[in-house]
Amino acid sequence: MTHAHLPVVRPFRTSRPDAWWLQPLAVFLVLGGFIVYATWAALQNAHYTFGPYLSPLYSPEIFGSSPHALLGPKPAWWPGWLPFSPAILILWAPGGFRVTCYYYRGAYYKAFWADPPACAVGEPRTSYRGEQSLPLVLQNIHRYFLLLAVIVIGVLLLDSWNSFRFTDASGATSFGIGVGSLVITLNAVCLAGYTFGCHSFRHVAGGMLDRLAGHLVRKAAYDCASCLNRAHGRWAWASLLTVAGSDLYVRLCSMGVLTDWRIL
Amino acid sequence: MTTRPFRIFRGASGAGALREYATEVSEGMVVLDAVHQIQAESAGDLAVRWNCKAGKCGSCSAEVNGVPRLLCMTRLEDLPADRPVTIEPMRAFPHVRDLVTDVSWNYEVKRQITPFTPRPPDAPDGTWRMQQSDVDRVQEFRKCIECFLCQDTCHVLRDHRLHEAFVGPRFLVHAAALEMHPLDVADRTADLRKAHGIGYCNITKCCTTVCPEGIRITDNAIIPLKERVVDALWDPVAGLARLVRRRT
Repeated sequence: MTHAHLPVVRPFRTSRPDAWWLQPLAVFLVLGGFIVYATWAALQNAHYTFGPYLSPLYSPEIFGSSPHALLGPKPAWWPGWLPFSPAILILWAPGGFRVTCYYYRGAYYKAFWADPPACAVGEPRTSYRGEQSLPLVLQNIHRYFLLLAVIVIGVLLLDSWNSFRFTDASGATSFGIGVGSLVITLNAVCLAGYTFGCHSFRHVAGGMLDRLAGHLVRKAAYDCASCLNRAHGRWAWASLLTVAGSDLYVRLCSMGVLTDWRIL
Repeated sequence: MTTRPFRIFRGASGAGALREYATEVSEGMVVLDAVHQIQAESAGDLAVRWNCKAGKCGSCSAEVNGVPRLLCMTRLEDLPADRPVTIEPMRAFPHVRDLVTDVSWNYEVKRQITPFTPRPPDAPDGTWRMQQSDVDRVQEFRKCIECFLCQDTCHVLRDHRLHEAFVGPRFLVHAAALEMHPLDVADRTADLRKAHGIGYCNITKCCTTVCPEGIRITDNAIIPLKERVVDALWDPVAGLARLVRRRT
């Protein structure tokens, strides 16, 4: 005997009495706010350094006008009609890493595309291809962005080390701790926690193997990645906020709005 | 003892409506207790499937206040007291009557997955050797009680009804338990991509949220399988590495 399904729930309808819309709304506001802020900050090409501090949105500064620039000022071959900012050269890499991140995918499919709006809440569209075919099958590029993100983490850790090296008026460099040093370091730690808890990193570390017992280093790396992965979503949000917070701190110090207090 | 209002779906084969009931409830009661009480007091023909009443058989799956749950593991005191408790059948499967659905599609899907294929025995007596740490990872998946709540909450099945193209989270967990097993040598990646439609999962984690056994379905089963599919079918560098390994 064949039986019929209950009708599909209408768009945004549910029997859930809780505020199911709250989480996707929060994701929409925080993620959307970050995208707007990061785009604005990346296009400023100003106030991205202060003393030994370099904004993470501009790091590594490949070409630029600050002393942090690795290869000197803006290259002569840069087209005149194209606005220049050191951030444009590098932000696509960590941006791509986040866009293709498994955690963020689940979050923004709900918050930005209502696909679905929330668990057990009716969807506003009838056709669905998911990540089975183009264009979303391209999300599988995530592992390549992971490689770039690991390089960026190395650079940010170097920035963190440099943020403790202050240069005085005579040009001598000495160890010191400013509030900015702690902000920059906290950001590097949060980004490392996010990157090394990534599902793709966990796979490469050891998840791809069925037998890990004979591989001591890979087993340790897999266990560490799994440990970080349990809170991957929390690392993702924490690092998003510290990136924006670090840029804002450096920017406000550079503009003279904030004073960078020296602890040591 | 207080009286609480309930709204229970009554009807057959997809047609029907919520009907209102009320019954006295006491501390510690679960939703299934209340359903049985209503059955005894005012709705003798109310159909509900149940068996162990201990959260281990997976029979009493339904939707309580819109969320897929086991009726026997949902305490009434955990639900908002200021509104009626709504109980409906699972929406991802054909409806039989009242709270009962036909979940036989799941058993057909399970038969399509390549079964456990161990390597030749390690010892002459026909036994194998493996490390506990290698088995730990797949033992999490063995906790599944096949309640199919994960299938019910998955929007690919629930809203898009892609039962022909996508096996659902339960069977991705089953495939992961086999694919990651240290003794298994079968390769299911091509099937996962095409026949089982793993790409339809867009990682909403709703399945993980409703699992009564706390299996981290998305993080520990689906995403690792997606990564293996990428290794086998999409990643040119991984393909090149395989080619070099085979040549050497």
